[in-house]
Formats: sequence, structure tokens, C-alpha cells
Amino acid sequence: MAHAAAIDRPPERGLDVYTQKVGMWVFLCSEVMFFTGLIGSYVVLRFGASDAWGAPGEVLNVPVTAVNTFILICSSVTMVKAFAAAEAGDQKGIRTFLLATTLLGATFLGIQAYEYTELVRHGEWQGSHGFTPAAGLYGATFFTMTGFHGFHVFIGVLCLSWATIQAFKGRWGPEHCHGIEVIGLYWHFVDLVWIILFTIVYLI
Amino acid sequence: MSDHAAAAEGAGHPQPKYMLIWLYLFILTVSELGIAFLPIAKWMIVTTLLVMAVWKALLVALYYMHLKWEPARLRLVALAPLPFVAIMIVVIMMEYV
Repeated sequence: MAHAAAIDRPPERGLDVYTQKVGMWVFLCSEVMFFTGLIGSYVVLRFGASDAWGAPGEVLNVPVTAVNTFILICSSVTMVKAFAAAEAGDQKGIRTFLLATTLLGATFLGIQAYEYTELVRHGEWQGSHGFTPAAGLYGATFFTMTGFHGFHVFIGVLCLSWATIQAFKGRWGPEHCHGIEVIGLYWHFVDLVWIILFTIVYLI
Repeated sequence: MSDHAAAAEGAGHPQPKYMLIWLYLFILTVSELGIAFLPIAKWMIVTTLLVMAVWKALLVALYYMHLKWEPARLRLVALAPLPFVAIMIVVIMMEYV
């Protein structure tokens, strides 16, 4: 009886959103908590030992990172443009904007690699030469937070590379654009996290 | 509410002015760089920068992640972790009260 009743009921409306998008949002919720954990511990450590941190620009290269921030913001625009192109069925637009997003993401990683290399080789902090993850709380928290973010960008670039290859094979279109939207949600989230990290790690 | 009406009418969501949002984000970032090195009290710099960072994050979430046009129930999902974030921050700050 109960079984029959279950079948007779109309299907549930759920969230009025396709499943992959809900899945990505739930995943992003867990990501929010992951980064809150990192940022929270950073705040505790920094409040507890504020003299163990350098002033903005003292150790970290703010101009280079500002350029990197700009690159990531630009990649978010190209990402939404790619999705808009997919919805409009503009194949050339999909390819151009996905490729641009992938390249901008890869450029971000390249600049971050350059930044890390320069810090490890030439960074100066509290008398020691070379700013590494072993350079006290400052170095440990800096590399943990920016490193985990960089790892997220890396995963994003992998997904975007796949999406770009698929774009050149003609996979995406108005009827088939969920993949781009879901990858886009992840990509914008990574940009959003960087906006917060750039402010609290580099500028404060 | 007109946004919801537009979203319900058909082709998904309206196309926001993505380049305008990009311009806002760019201007906010440049302003942040200027404010960070101003010779004023540290707490004023920190407060201003945090407000601007949250502002930028909201622009990305609302317009680029289309949260502005999503059904209210999905927005609720997106907001779900924020109370936990608030609890975490409050509990952490209590270390220093």
C-alpha cells in the first residue's frame, strides 16, 4: 500500500535546478568551510603573535600579486562570457572564451610559481635569507593558504582544459551547456576565495 | 522582483552587464591597493579593506555565479555555510576577549 501511494505522488520539485548544479553548490558549501578553517586559524595565529607578520609589501611582492588578482578577475569575465556564448549557441565565442579562461588560469599559476621561487630564493624575513614554509608562522600560513588556493586553480585549469578541448569538438551549445555552467561556478568560487585571500594575506 | 519575473519568463536569466561588474571589481581592487598603504590608523585600513573584499565577493557571487537569478531555495543552499562561518569566527575571536 505504502509503495503504491509513493508511486501515485507527483514528482517532487526539488530545488528547480538541475542536479549537477545543486551538487556543485553543495560542494562549494563544503569548500567555504574548508577555507574558513584555514582563514580562521590564520586569524587566531596572527592576532596571537602580530609581530611575527611583516607589514604589507615588506616580504610579499604586492604589485606582482595585484597583477595576478587582475588576471583572475579577467578570467571570471571570460568564463561568464563562455557560458553566455554557449547559451546563445555561438560556437566561436565558446571556443575563444573557454580558451582565454584556461590561458588566464594557467598564467595565474605561472606567476604564482614565479612568486614562490622569488620568495624562497631572495625573500628576506627576520634576518633569515629565503622565505619558505619553514619561516615561522608567517611562512607556514602564507604557503598553506596560497598553496591550497593555487591547487584549486590547478584543478580548475584541468577542468577548463577539458572543456576547451570539448568546445573544439563542438560539444557545447544551448541544449548542452550545463558542464560549462558547473565548471564556471567552481571557477568563480576560486576567484572569490582569492579576492578574500589577497586582502587578508597581502594587504592587511 | 522584476529580475525574478524576467527569470521566470523564459530564456533562463537576463544577461547582466558582465563588463560593468568587471569594471567595478577592477576599480575596487585598485582602490584596495591605494588604501592598504595610506598613512592612517591600522584598524581603519583593515575595516575598509574587509568591507571592500566582501563587496567584491558579493559581486562575483550575485552576478558571475548568477545567484541573483537563482530560485530562492538554491540561494538558501548557497547561504547555508554562512551561519557556521559566523559561529567559527565568533568562537575564534572569543580566544582574545
